[in-house]
Amino acid sequence: MDVKAKTKTNYLNQESEHITGCEALVRSLIAEGVDIIYGYPGGAIMPVYDELFKYQDQIHHVLTRHEQGATHSAQGFARISGRVGVAMATSGPGATNLITGIADAQIDSTPMVCITGQVPSHLLGSDAFQETDIVGISTPVTKWNHQITRAEEIPEVIAKAFYIAKSGRPGPVLIDITKDAQFETFDFTYKKCEGVRSYKPVPKVDTSILKSAAQAINDAKNPMIVWGQGVILGEAEDEFKAFVEKSGIPAAWTIMGVSAIPTSHPLNVGMVGMHGNYAPNKLTNECDVLLAIGMRFDDRVTGKLSDYATQAKVIHFEIDPAEIDKNVIADIPVLGDVKETLSEILPMIKEKSYDDWHQQFKDLLKIEFEKVIKNDLHPTKDGLTMGEVLKEINLQSRGEAAIVSDVGQHQMIACRYAEFNKSRGNITSGGLGTMGFALPAAIGAKMATPEREVVAVIGDGGYQMTIQELGTIFQTKAAVKIVVLNNDFLGMVRQWQQLFFDKRYASTEMSNPDFVTIAKGYHIEAKRVTKREELATAIQEMMTSEEAYFLEVCVEKEDNVFPMIPSGASVSEIRLE
Amino acid sequence: MEHTRKQYTISVYTENNIGLLNRISAIFQRRHINIESMNISVSEIEAVSRFTILVNMTEVNVRKIIGQIEKQIEVIKAFYHTDEETIYLESCMFKIKSELLFEERQIQNIIKESDARIVTVNRDFFVLEKSGRRHEIEMLHRELSAFGIMQFVRSGRIAVTKDEMKITEMLAAFNN
Repeated sequence: MDVKAKTKTNYLNQESEHITGCEALVRSLIAEGVDIIYGYPGGAIMPVYDELFKYQDQIHHVLTRHEQGATHSAQGFARISGRVGVAMATSGPGATNLITGIADAQIDSTPMVCITGQVPSHLLGSDAFQETDIVGISTPVTKWNHQITRAEEIPEVIAKAFYIAKSGRPGPVLIDITKDAQFETFDFTYKKCEGVRSYKPVPKVDTSILKSAAQAINDAKNPMIVWGQGVILGEAEDEFKAFVEKSGIPAAWTIMGVSAIPTSHPLNVGMVGMHGNYAPNKLTNECDVLLAIGMRFDDRVTGKLSDYATQAKVIHFEIDPAEIDKNVIADIPVLGDVKETLSEILPMIKEKSYDDWHQQFKDLLKIEFEKVIKNDLHPTKDGLTMGEVLKEINLQSRGEAAIVSDVGQHQMIACRYAEFNKSRGNITSGGLGTMGFALPAAIGAKMATPEREVVAVIGDGGYQMTIQELGTIFQTKAAVKIVVLNNDFLGMVRQWQQLFFDKRYASTEMSNPDFVTIAKGYHIEAKRVTKREELATAIQEMMTSEEAYFLEVCVEKEDNVFPMIPSGASVSEIRLE
Repeated sequence: MEHTRKQYTISVYTENNIGLLNRISAIFQRRHINIESMNISVSEIEAVSRFTILVNMTEVNVRKIIGQIEKQIEVIKAFYHTDEETIYLESCMFKIKSELLFEERQIQNIIKESDARIVTVNRDFFVLEKSGRRHEIEMLHRELSAFGIMQFVRSGRIAVTKDEMKITEMLAAFNN
């Protein structure tokens, strides 16, 4: 179903018209180019829904089955398209249900605008029905938030919300609108926000710093790149690829950065972090120059900080000044938008190759292949592995699909083994680790890019956290492909219990329902695979389906994800078994 | 040096918006940092507020905190300074029974020597005001405690820096 708006009136810079606040809100959203909103109606936001009804030829509202689903759908929409995702909810519980998605968007720098209804202003603070202090509650997890109590504020605040959400390091913005402001009338005109005097989204590039960074790069003997989502957020994929190719430096990625350059690129040396590849983790502690590009040295990436790349000169390309020296001290901090800094540094960089150094990555990969990858992708045991499911998806999607993963073992396997030819291919909850993210995020991703195959890869635990969004899929006909890798366990927690808590499996085993029947109950085509010989055909059937499709793959119950850097250990202490 | 705890005065120039106090204090709360004192007032620039926050932390951490504060949309600029780099004081008020002023000769001497000022006197009580360094106020408090204090209140630290904090230029740069 094509959910995109067919007609669009231009409300930008027009003569003023006397209208209500709620109509002004809808027109403001249209002026910002919004064509899909994910949300859930309720008392305090009803006037806005009434306007959405009138404007449904211009702006499409997707009714999710829970407000958390609305935020994750808006996130999926934003992550795959780079556009601002929009979620809407009523006051009180509607608003508080948005919080998980907002926190997720904040830590993963996802541009999102959330709009909540609020009780009328004269009732603020009176413990009115469905009143909650959502501005207070959302403050620590929003880039910006604001409460509107007068209709005339609406256009300016909405313009500012979109500007802030999208510019610089993106993030979520929440706008709370009292019901009386929605009803009030005023003279509406709309202008885009072009700046906020106290907010500098992109730091100015310092050419002298660029020169010393170039010098350090040119002098390096064993340099290594670790790139993150900043490359994708900055739409700097081409600049980054040119930089990697000219400099000849082996480049590793964080799970938020993967897909910025193709998986098969010869200089792509894999994933860093807790379940990343053996070579880039080990060699982080052997490189002489570490180029961190658009990444923030998350603890899951660095392991024990005091033993992280202490030998290396660190060059940190970063848009957010607060990230400089936050976790790892940067010898050369290159502040700015990576699109700008990478293209400016390119002519200063010498064309080089590091054959011996690159060989070290290949040698370590061989070890990882023998110990881990071979068993994951070409298993000889009876039980199905998560890895072979990903391998089959890769084969059949030819790296074109967007993989939306949830949180846990299947997520690490998906990030490790999914192959990408296109940017914005990996959509996952990286920073917050939000179980339940994938199903609604996949809906948003599919709606933003109907032409792209979207495959949600989810564990049996996380799937049941937002399983009700199957209703949204049924109602909107979003052609999302859902793969549940079912091991009847909360697998990642079980793995930790096995390794670090003497196999005391406290509350990790799950008695699961018949997932196929549930999907069918929502009129979604569904199949279960338990044997290896059925896998390829089932995935083919799923991938060729024009509609939504649910595939449950029953995998080995007690498989572990390796390599692994145990919590608190150094990247050098990465374990293969 | 950078890792020893020290007293720092953080000065934050901000837009005057509802909710900003919450946003700034949340930065400290999230990191389990105690705010020793906080004062919010107008600044030398029209419509720009100034937070003066006193904390006890390492320089490494205070730098990170400054980064987090400046990241807030409505914060124009944040600075941190050591005691040596600022001129600072606190203000306090004592409410004391009026009869003591006449019965206890010593009180009059304490007032004179401490440079405290009598704000008001009536039949029941008088109010004493004193501005100065923390230790001066604490000494005065100790001395007056012996006679009985009906009420005592002390303000947060306010401070101006010896060096310039170029806010006006920054705002002017935005307008151009």
